[in-house]
Amino acid sequence: METDVLVIGGGPAGMSSALSASQNGSKVILVERDKVLGGILNQCIHNGFGLHYFNEELTGPEFAHRFRKMVEKDKNITVLTDTLVTEIGDHKVSVMGKNGVFDIKCKALIIAMGCRERTAGNISLNGTRPMGILTAGTVQKMVNIDGKMVGKDIVILGSGDIGLIMARRLTLEGAKVHAVLEINSTSSGLKRNILQCLDDFNIPLYFNTTIFEVVGKDRVEGVYYGQVDEHFNHIENTRKFLKCDTVVLSVGLIPEMQMVKGVSINPKTNGAFVNEHYQTEKEWIFSCGNILHVHDLVDNVALEGKQVGLFASLYAQKKLNNGNLIKVSHSADFAYVLPYTLFEGEEEVEVKFRLKKKVVKSFIVAISQGNIIAKKYVLAGVPGEMMTFKFSKKGVKEEIVFEVRENGKI
Amino acid sequence: MEKFNLTCIMCPLGCSLVATKDGDKITVTGNNCNRGEIFAKEELTCPMRIVTSSVKTEKGVKSCKTSKPVPKAKIFDVMKEIEKLRLKDAKYGEVVIKNVLDTGADIIITANE
Repeated sequence: METDVLVIGGGPAGMSSALSASQNGSKVILVERDKVLGGILNQCIHNGFGLHYFNEELTGPEFAHRFRKMVEKDKNITVLTDTLVTEIGDHKVSVMGKNGVFDIKCKALIIAMGCRERTAGNISLNGTRPMGILTAGTVQKMVNIDGKMVGKDIVILGSGDIGLIMARRLTLEGAKVHAVLEINSTSSGLKRNILQCLDDFNIPLYFNTTIFEVVGKDRVEGVYYGQVDEHFNHIENTRKFLKCDTVVLSVGLIPEMQMVKGVSINPKTNGAFVNEHYQTEKEWIFSCGNILHVHDLVDNVALEGKQVGLFASLYAQKKLNNGNLIKVSHSADFAYVLPYTLFEGEEEVEVKFRLKKKVVKSFIVAISQGNIIAKKYVLAGVPGEMMTFKFSKKGVKEEIVFEVRENGKI
Repeated sequence: MEKFNLTCIMCPLGCSLVATKDGDKITVTGNNCNRGEIFAKEELTCPMRIVTSSVKTEKGVKSCKTSKPVPKAKIFDVMKEIEKLRLKDAKYGEVVIKNVLDTGADIIITANE
């Protein structure tokens, strides 16, 4: 097979970028390993999606459904479900599916494979490895797609959004969620989820607390847990036992980049380094969605996909012009600012960033050659929230540095 | 006069609201849009939630939701009604329970299939 733009991954980023590439005049093939398009949205049966993109509150499967119908209607998009990518070559991707093993040649490739969850091994969870230690996303799939319950007495480690959502879901299905343990002093989950998933059901959330040790031979029998100091060392005299049969891990996501060889990766995001056009080091490979950086909202993933679909389509048609490079850097107050390089030019550009600390009533400033070229007022910014900053780079030729100016002073 | 600190759940912004109740009069501050005011007033009188779950069918479980928020106090009763269902199949957008427990909300299939 041969196409202009090949998209790997049929979740929100993949579907959105495929639609956008097609609308901008390219022939598109979209490859998805599952039997139906939608990706992880299909198992996120809770509401809260689509408020920004569709101006309407939807559940995950409904959000996926809307995009799937648009993709299926689009005559310039060929969808290959039940198809797994085995290798990414040079302008060529090898796949394995219902029709056997074959290669797809492409002018541009969009990688949109999302994330995997961090596991017990990733966080070096102490103790035994009996049945009953599961990641939150696995629990979500088992309960919402397979219709299987995972346990009766639950402890959740980590207060990421999926963990909070699953605390409520398991409670509604009749399990007792004894506690959510968070090693940090704040939750990385949305405030609304703490209220409607934990507070509504009187599920306690303990900060600066983690599992010291999992106990159990065949099945989880309980956990020893307690508080940690500022270096995450266990404070042994706070050690307590909690009886449970299931430990659910909600301890972060890792972009699924192992398939993509030969492009450098930002250790802060675990996604590829990309330029203003979301091209990786290999200029024919574009990246968007959670494989590039973990987003809080699917609406933002869909918007990013739309942007990147346009760039990939222009590239496939040899119409994408990259100007001279402008380097982007930032102070220690930021975890990252993306894209990592911009191009000289007239047009406005939007950067996406995550802060490392909480800031109140502050300015985010963009500085080039010692001059502030743009500023954005932030009433309240937290590390848990991805923020955006749109500005004009007209006339800018040298490196742009992003800084935070606190207390309303510039 | 009573003061309540609330977190708005109408959208992922999660505004911190302060609701002041003076007899029957409720005033709200901290909201960035009028949905916050509606939420805070409802939260102090009759808190409402959308319930999402899944329905058992012969073709596996299918995700569903209430078509609009239902009283928080009725969440577990609504869950019981959903749990009772045993359907042959269910399609996207299909109403499988009309006006569940007289809440005015229907149970609608959301599964993307």
